[in-house]
Amino acid sequence: MAEEVLGRDTTRRKFINWFLATSGGAFLLSVLYPIARYLIPPPAGESAAASVTLPVKPADVKPNSGQIFKFGSRPGILIRTPAGELRAFSAVCTHLNCTVQFRSDLSHIWCACHNGHFDLKGQNIAGPPPRPLDQYVVNVRGDQIVISKGA
Amino acid sequence: MATPDRRQGGVWQWLDERIGLADLAKLARKKEVPVHRHTIWYYLGGMTLFLFMVQVTTGILLLLYYRPSAEEAYESVQFLMAEVQFGWLIRSIHSWAANLMVFTLFVHLFSVWLLKAYRPPRELTWLSGIGLMGIAMAFGFTGYLLPWNELAFFATKVGTEITGVIPVIGSFLLRVSRGGDEVTGATLTRFYGIHVAVLPLLTTLLLGLHLFLVQKHGMSVPRGIERQGNPKRVMPFLPNFLLRDMVGWLAALAILAALAAYFPAELGAKADPFAPAPVGIKPEWYFMFMFKTLKYLPAHILGIEGEVVGIVGFGLGGLFLLLIPLLDRKTARGERSGLFTMIGIMVIVYMIVLTYLGYTEVATQ
Repeated sequence: MAEEVLGRDTTRRKFINWFLATSGGAFLLSVLYPIARYLIPPPAGESAAASVTLPVKPADVKPNSGQIFKFGSRPGILIRTPAGELRAFSAVCTHLNCTVQFRSDLSHIWCACHNGHFDLKGQNIAGPPPRPLDQYVVNVRGDQIVISKGA
Repeated sequence: MATPDRRQGGVWQWLDERIGLADLAKLARKKEVPVHRHTIWYYLGGMTLFLFMVQVTTGILLLLYYRPSAEEAYESVQFLMAEVQFGWLIRSIHSWAANLMVFTLFVHLFSVWLLKAYRPPRELTWLSGIGLMGIAMAFGFTGYLLPWNELAFFATKVGTEITGVIPVIGSFLLRVSRGGDEVTGATLTRFYGIHVAVLPLLTTLLLGLHLFLVQKHGMSVPRGIERQGNPKRVMPFLPNFLLRDMVGWLAALAILAALAAYFPAELGAKADPFAPAPVGIKPEWYFMFMFKTLKYLPAHILGIEGEVVGIVGFGLGGLFLLLIPLLDRKTARGERSGLFTMIGIMVIVYMIVLTYLGYTEVATQ
């Protein structure tokens, strides 16, 4: 008789423990799930713009110089090579995301953060960057410079 | 209950009956600090704590004028520095005390490391201490962005990009830490919330544990001193040690005031997401050795991108640091542990050399 009661008691205790644990767990999940989702920012509308017209005239970009322009929400860099050709790249360094600049003294693109060097074709030639810069297409239409993403 | 102390007044007795002041006083009188040739290192933890209190005070004061948005943050700090009476002083002290606090924290950490004070039963004191170091660095990293200037903007860009390098969960962490895909005003408000609410809460919990453990175990006596027969002398914590502590704190406050007056915190140019990273960009000095290492690593190491190798390496280094009390079996057994002393010294030398190189390099080469 005593054993029977004890046996029944332990299973009841087990059931209550199980019940408490699962409902406790479910409660915790129902609290943590919305918080976790809240912390993840909603996706920003990725700039759909595939091309951008720059507010500078081709004549204003001197040979062996470069400047940053807005390409959607990210910076791009427009350079004119010493030979006179206009080229455009993403200005986001492939190493750790800093914004690159044109070094007239070196005649190529350089990142100040970790000393990464890119040549006039955007190829990573020295320092830590692991990949070349993305190249954009430059079209000169009269007085306007239009930059678009490559095919 | 302790017998009422007849020397004390009525208020003391009233409080004693309700919260047991006599018991606390007895506890405080019992606390002793061993005196030996390494006693000087016992002051570093208290010094770090004092500087943290300075941070809490000045931080609260800065909150009264600061505005956490990309449009207003820079201007509000500018206003604070130029218009608010003693605004420059409060901000400069906040900035300098942060640096000094990280410095004393490092000295505290390495003195505990080299004297092997982490040996049983103080492993959890070490773990909570390393946790506090992580929090201090997070404080530094998030606080650096808040003035929303050029340097801070790019430091945050690089720093958060580093989380993106972590395998598997990297891109998720990157988005959560930035509050989006790029460093924007959303990042600023996020960092602000972390800096003024989340980290203080975590510090309170972890610091409480750390201090409780220090009280529970008392000061650790270095093994070498223990060998020579426990330290022959002790000094009472109250008032002897505390008074010496306070001399140090007063000196620290004087140094802070001097640094703030002669080298006030700078503000620089407002952050512009469409400007190139400024020449000579540098992180806070305590991140410099990591920054410099990343600069030295080649683009690829054994086919893996150099920055991934570097960042995973620092991650593993941090894990090693955390687990030292569990890894150092010799110290745990009460034996000499030359290897871990060696590693400690090598880490110190590495940090000093790379920090030196980071500050002496020519920015454009």
